[in-house]
Amino acid sequence: MAEQPVRQSALGAARATQGPHAAACLRALPAASRFSFRGSPPEAETAGVAFGVPFSLQSCRAHQTEDRAALWLGPDEWLLLAPEDAARAVQAALIRALGERPYALIGIAHRNTALEISGPRATMVLNAGCPLDLHTSRFPVGMCTRTILGKAEIILWRTASEVFHIDVWRTFAPYVWDFLIEARARL
Amino acid sequence: MTGPFRTEIGGRIDRTRRIDFRFDGRLYSGHPGDNLASALLSHGVHLLGRSFKYHRPRGVLGAGSEEPNALVRVGSYESRATPNLRATQVEIHDLLVAESQNRYPSLSFDVGAINDVLSPLFPAGFYYKTFMWPAWGWRRLYEPIIRRMAGLGRAPTAPDADIYAQRYVHCDVLVVGAGPAGLAAARAAAQGGARVLLCDEQSEFGGSLLSEPDTTEAGRNRLAWRAATLATLAASDNVTLLTRSTAFGVFADNFVALVERVTDHLANPEPALPRERLWQVRARQVVLATGAIERPMVFAGNDRPGVMLAGAARTYLHRYGVRTGRRIVLATSADSAYGVAMDLHRAGLTIAAIADVRNEASGPLAAAARAAGLPLRTSTHIAATHGRLRIRGATLARNGTGAREKVACDLLLMSGGYTPTVHLYSQARGTLRFDESLGAFLPGGDTGILQVAGACRGIFATDVAIADGAEAGTVAAARTDPGGAPQPVRTISVPDSGALLAREAPCDRRAFVDFQNDVTTKDLRLAVREGFVSVEHVKRYTTAGMATDQGKTSNINALALVANERRMDMAAVGLTTFRMPYTPVTFGTLAGAARGNLFDPIRQTPIHAWAEDRGAVFEDVGMWKRARYFPAARETMAQAVARECRAVRTGAGLFDASTLGKIEVVGPDAAIFLERMYVNNFRKLAVGRARYGLMLGEDGFVLDDGVIGRLAPDRFHVTTTTGGAPRVLAMMEDYLQTEWPDLRVWLTSTTEEWAVVSIQGPRARDIIAPFVIGIDLAPQAFPHMAVAEGTILGVNLRIFRVSFTGECGFEINVPADYGSDVWHAIMQQGTVFGLTPYGTEAMHVLRAEKGYIIVGQESDGTATPDDLGLGWAIGRGKSDFVGKRSLARAAMRDPSRKQLVGLLTSNGETVLQEGAQIVTAANGNASIGHVTSAYFSTTLGRSMALAMISGGKARMGEKLLAPMLDRTHEVTVAPAMFYDPKGERLYG
Repeated sequence: MAEQPVRQSALGAARATQGPHAAACLRALPAASRFSFRGSPPEAETAGVAFGVPFSLQSCRAHQTEDRAALWLGPDEWLLLAPEDAARAVQAALIRALGERPYALIGIAHRNTALEISGPRATMVLNAGCPLDLHTSRFPVGMCTRTILGKAEIILWRTASEVFHIDVWRTFAPYVWDFLIEARARL
Repeated sequence: MTGPFRTEIGGRIDRTRRIDFRFDGRLYSGHPGDNLASALLSHGVHLLGRSFKYHRPRGVLGAGSEEPNALVRVGSYESRATPNLRATQVEIHDLLVAESQNRYPSLSFDVGAINDVLSPLFPAGFYYKTFMWPAWGWRRLYEPIIRRMAGLGRAPTAPDADIYAQRYVHCDVLVVGAGPAGLAAARAAAQGGARVLLCDEQSEFGGSLLSEPDTTEAGRNRLAWRAATLATLAASDNVTLLTRSTAFGVFADNFVALVERVTDHLANPEPALPRERLWQVRARQVVLATGAIERPMVFAGNDRPGVMLAGAARTYLHRYGVRTGRRIVLATSADSAYGVAMDLHRAGLTIAAIADVRNEASGPLAAAARAAGLPLRTSTHIAATHGRLRIRGATLARNGTGAREKVACDLLLMSGGYTPTVHLYSQARGTLRFDESLGAFLPGGDTGILQVAGACRGIFATDVAIADGAEAGTVAAARTDPGGAPQPVRTISVPDSGALLAREAPCDRRAFVDFQNDVTTKDLRLAVREGFVSVEHVKRYTTAGMATDQGKTSNINALALVANERRMDMAAVGLTTFRMPYTPVTFGTLAGAARGNLFDPIRQTPIHAWAEDRGAVFEDVGMWKRARYFPAARETMAQAVARECRAVRTGAGLFDASTLGKIEVVGPDAAIFLERMYVNNFRKLAVGRARYGLMLGEDGFVLDDGVIGRLAPDRFHVTTTTGGAPRVLAMMEDYLQTEWPDLRVWLTSTTEEWAVVSIQGPRARDIIAPFVIGIDLAPQAFPHMAVAEGTILGVNLRIFRVSFTGECGFEINVPADYGSDVWHAIMQQGTVFGLTPYGTEAMHVLRAEKGYIIVGQESDGTATPDDLGLGWAIGRGKSDFVGKRSLARAAMRDPSRKQLVGLLTSNGETVLQEGAQIVTAANGNASIGHVTSAYFSTTLGRSMALAMISGGKARMGEKLLAPMLDRTHEVTVAPAMFYDPKGERLYG
């Protein structure tokens, strides 16, 4: 009988390791649990309590604790991030809390993969392909949104003044990675 | 050696360093700060090119981006060569290699110059009137010859070796142009607290400040003011300064495109640096301080080398320390020429004559020239010029009297007044008004988000332009901070300029209006005489203003001629449309990083690496790479596909179906929603069962299909076609949000969440059964169209019993990161059963044997379910679904509609071409349908085809004809189901 399958990240080993860089560092983030939560604000409020992170009702804002985060992506849509081994616990807690109330909880741990770009010129690297104003006055820490990077759709979340979390569909991840490396070389 | 025409002191060149460069193979020298034109002029070289149509010798006309004549090719390698660059904008460096264009064998002796002698034969639109016979002549003879004779530079043949980059930028205030007005605007805006971006197309900031004498009318030291202003800007951290950056396009809502030339001026640039960078700027406020361009005078022979714009000569003198000649004739209709004359006079050049077409020359500048004893003649125009490769003299004539005088000169300067550079303003949809005193179109006003300052709105005096720019900058900054103090306003108005727009010009085939496209006054008159009324038509017929310079020096002169000819006001004649780009932009800049691997995202399934190792041949399906077939050693595609098909029919095949679109539809109203979106009945679908779903557009035509499984009462796993996934999700969201916002259901794309391993064939069950935990796969327990959740090898599993081959099959969905390992494990297990990986080509053949359609191949957006033989899928008694109403229209039930049938060729070896038209023997001219799919089937031992044929269902057994390139083939209509029509294998 075959061995237990192992997770193989969409970015692959070649892209997951990058040395330090003065302008902007790039790294693949570890595998995580991810859910798309869909529902109305009352359900979101209950879900936030069960998840342990209140869901932001303000648009384009993320709330987070040490190891969990809830990102507002739309008026009825939040992206939930938690450690890889917390998937069952998160699912169970939300199902228990919400009972028969209307909502949708979809596991998307493998659909998306995440990487992080950090450094003094991270915004300039991102702006090679992202048309948003990333000045801290317009895109403060804690802000998150769906946007584009070149020809790929991404979720961009500023976790610190010089640190961005990028969530992207797995097949677009190599493109996003290579695009950022190329952009960084051309500053 | 410093060029003999270099001044002893002055200019912004670094005389301590020498730069050697090549032009047309000859070595020349210049200094840092020079451009190609100024460096060549310092050696007395004026002849820089040959004209487009008549191959006339041409020299440098201007000193900036408006230059129409001095176009050169730069770059010694084909992969880095750029044609059609303006010598006035090419900065020299030690490895610069440039050459002139459109000449053979050499610039000074060009055989193409025969065209100049023959020019009476080539008036405007000559190619519409001549070269008509013989009929084949145009394409094979005349056009190739004309294309070779006429033209500019030659496009490089090698792939571009350079790198290009792009960047989005946001700012509060974008200031375009860093002359006096632009610098003042940027400083004022920055002081107002705004995030400022200042760009200028030149190598250093300053604009006209660099070209004019030391002090302004008000006694301000130009360069000192420039230095102080720049120092303030450089010290502000809210200011970004961009030299060598041209704003070439203005789009909606102050979206402005700039191209920054990063390395062209460097001999040895850092290899990682891009050659050019596209800046895509979103500015809350824009201030255009784009300056003005001098107008040439129109007279016979106004294009000889040595005929130049007056302001350009002044720029070469003050900025580059170059005397453009020794003995000068000035032709003017504007006061500004007198300022230039005085400058050149002071620099020791001889002013041989000043010919002013106006009846009187008043104003302080003219008075100063008179006082200095310069030979000024009013009511005088240039009747002719003399010389061949360089001007030797000009004939001056008194207006109206015919009195003539020949004056020797080596430089003829023209000044027809200045035209404000309103290109960008006009692109921003600003309205223009004609100003009589300036003889130019001026910006009508401020658009609320975009203002104009300085010469660009007719304010030419440096001190006033500075004040005007500062006001614009202050207003712009205040507008970005609406909470601030009362909004400041602009107070400066546009003064008269003291220029006359010369509307009368001789009708002469040597009096050039558009230098780059060789359009003369004679051409324009001809166009008007032939009845062209609109300036847009005149422009297209004569090509005036259509060259790469877009008529920067010619448009107003051309309009004035048309207005004069038609006895109309300039305002009534109007202006042709300004389009981006302001100056030509390389394709590389527009492409940016989108080349090679970054051209598009390349979407690969989790099983891609395995398939690659296995030697798969891939095909592109949208952005996806899909394995088309897996050739074994020395196998052809046909052999590989035949082997793969045989394996599925006799043992088992493994197929990577991960690219299938997947949507998870969840919520209490999920079944109702799907029932409305698809033609099928879903409310009665039991949990654990799946159904083929057919989606129509509002028009009743098939849009997509897939299998939909019910995992729970409120949870469905919907699959779509590979290419249709985004479209289907978008359409579902559209209906949900706009038509049925009351439904409590949510849609999530899960295409990439699941890797899908499809195992098909009589041994499929035997291979996977040992792996699957928690699900009984026996035929009774898990029949065709069943779905269940369990685990496989310890990971989550969603398994569908479905088939796109006609064999018993399973689609194994596992979380994508595990896809590769699960595929490996199944392959390993299946070896003893002859498990064979197969690709999309075998998949196509297998499904065609069963008559299963592919949306977009059998259907073309005009097929109803019934046309495709899928009428059975429509749920009986459903009150509504998208497209239902359209299906009820009479035309949708017309029995002569194209319907899906099978076709069998008389010769079983013949494979029809997909797309081949089908005709009847009775009428061989009218197509009654076309082939949608055609393959050779190993299973059948013969070819087969699917086709959409008019009234096809009623034609079973009928013989039809398929005309193809080689010959016409006879075909017999058959049911669109060639294999196992009863489906015994499917349900086994």
